[in-house]
Amino acid sequence: MRLSSGLRRTLTVWAVLTLAALYVPLALVVLNSFNASRTFGFPPSGLTLRWWAAAASSQGALAALGTSVVAGLAATAIALVLGTMAAFAVQRHRFFGRRSISFLLVLPITLPGIVTGIALNATFTSFLGPYGVTLGLGTVIVGHATFCIVIVFNNVQARLRRMGTSLEEASADLGAGTWQTFRHVTFPLLRGGLVAGALLAFALSFDEIVVTTFTAGPTVQTLPIWIFGNLFRPNQAPVVNVVAAVLTVVAVVPVWLAQRFGGDAAGGRI
Amino acid sequence: MTSDQARPASPGIALEGIRKTFGDVVAVDGVDLEIPDGELFAMLGPSGSGKTTVLRMIAGFEQPTAGTVRLGGVDATALPPFKRDVNTVFQDYALFPHMTVQQNVEYGLRVRGVGRAERTKRAGEALEMVRLSGFGARRPVQLSGGQRQRVALARALVVRPRVLLLDEPLGALDLKLREQMQVELKAIQREVGITFVFVTHDQDEALTLCDRLAVFNQGRIEQVGDAADVYERPASRFVAEFVGTSNILEGRVAQALLDREGVHAVRPEKITVLGPDAAVPPQARRVSGTIAEVVYAGATTRVLVDAAGTTLAAVLLNAEADALPDLTRGAPVVLAWHESAVHALAS
Repeated sequence: MRLSSGLRRTLTVWAVLTLAALYVPLALVVLNSFNASRTFGFPPSGLTLRWWAAAASSQGALAALGTSVVAGLAATAIALVLGTMAAFAVQRHRFFGRRSISFLLVLPITLPGIVTGIALNATFTSFLGPYGVTLGLGTVIVGHATFCIVIVFNNVQARLRRMGTSLEEASADLGAGTWQTFRHVTFPLLRGGLVAGALLAFALSFDEIVVTTFTAGPTVQTLPIWIFGNLFRPNQAPVVNVVAAVLTVVAVVPVWLAQRFGGDAAGGRI
Repeated sequence: MTSDQARPASPGIALEGIRKTFGDVVAVDGVDLEIPDGELFAMLGPSGSGKTTVLRMIAGFEQPTAGTVRLGGVDATALPPFKRDVNTVFQDYALFPHMTVQQNVEYGLRVRGVGRAERTKRAGEALEMVRLSGFGARRPVQLSGGQRQRVALARALVVRPRVLLLDEPLGALDLKLREQMQVELKAIQREVGITFVFVTHDQDEALTLCDRLAVFNQGRIEQVGDAADVYERPASRFVAEFVGTSNILEGRVAQALLDREGVHAVRPEKITVLGPDAAVPPQARRVSGTIAEVVYAGATTRVLVDAAGTTLAAVLLNAEADALPDLTRGAPVVLAWHESAVHALAS
């Protein structure tokens, strides 16, 4: 497509503006984590590493980080197993209600988080409460898994559809049993989709706040909840900035990896 | 002598009363077929005629709704694909994209637990047979269509199956390559000596390649025989029109041209086109007409002639152009054919 030079210049300006709108605020957070002024005046009166040192020794932040990592890993693990199995069922078998199940699995990601949160909260406290279920890390993990499953399910399902069945048939034809076919053919071709799905699922779980609020109970604090709780305390605000800066940098990694693996790890279809 | 005589000769593949339905659709409707060991057999038919479904039932990817599949005399109807001594070359080749050519070819040996040294040796031999030695380290994406097809062939043959099934083996190749692969396939089949069963919708390919063929139509077999058999003596109107082309003469036209009742087929190349005054050989049928259309096709010319209220097609060899009459549209001509060129069809 050929564009006139005037149009091209206009588009370039718009692209720069859009990217600036997205990334200048993030840069500001990173900058503020070094801002010597406690009130984040701009431009910074000076640069300091004080807040970074404070954050590194903040027991609350570190504990919350640990909780978030555990919740993210557990929810991702559940999602990997259940999402993959559901994707196989829907893509590789014909059964009554197949489409409905596919729809019902994807629905939770479009539901407002607050609805999911209220629903889960009601279930855990009033319905399962009498059986000994209390809000805690376990309920957070289940809550996160509801939407993490969707991510894995979608990724794996798309992969399976693109892969078709002839590679698996070829494997069986050459004498491989069901398990051998899965190990040597299906899984290696699926791996990219699984990694991409897992990274995205973990990222989603890691910054989730709404569902977490309703399922965590008073004793469990994930990192987003800790940030939310400390943001408006004058003493903690600089530390929150440091944590946000770290998260910004750390969040880039899984997304970058997911794009790399999600792109073309399995190679083209032959 | 030995056990060969003691045992009744059981055909490599025997299909008995095979039927397959997908929901309301009847894909295969009562197929009986025997294919002896070592034959190069073609299943020819238009798309949707059930030929691929029959192939997939021999391979074990589909279960027949009714009927029995016997492989080497043993009932294999319920066996999964990996327990059948049958291998398939898929239409899209289905090479594993995450493996090298060498790993692809070794796959069948690897899952059977064959040792590494033996695997390497046999895969090397198989690649040599399909003239792809030295391509082992490449990935399937780095190969051309013809090379992929040969890898698929090597991968299926390396496990030494009793039967090799090929689903539209040459469908994805261009014309030149296809002709070359036809010759190669035939040579490879002779070399390994096992049964090859291939599915095709291309009657040329079926006639050129096979020892025998079955013509499929609407889930049934219309005719089984060798190429000359099927071409010269089509069993039905469908076969006469699908395998090559035929002038079908019936009813009033048959009366006028042949003095006969029923349905008859005459191959276009068996009709001679002569000038209006030419002498007709004795015992030949003769009919006058005018040329309606002339289609030049390199080696041959196809002439449509209006005669006796119908249009007849004749195919002439351009190598004999000197002997041809005036072939312009509207020119009067005489068509002649020998009595033996007329083949009566069951109606």
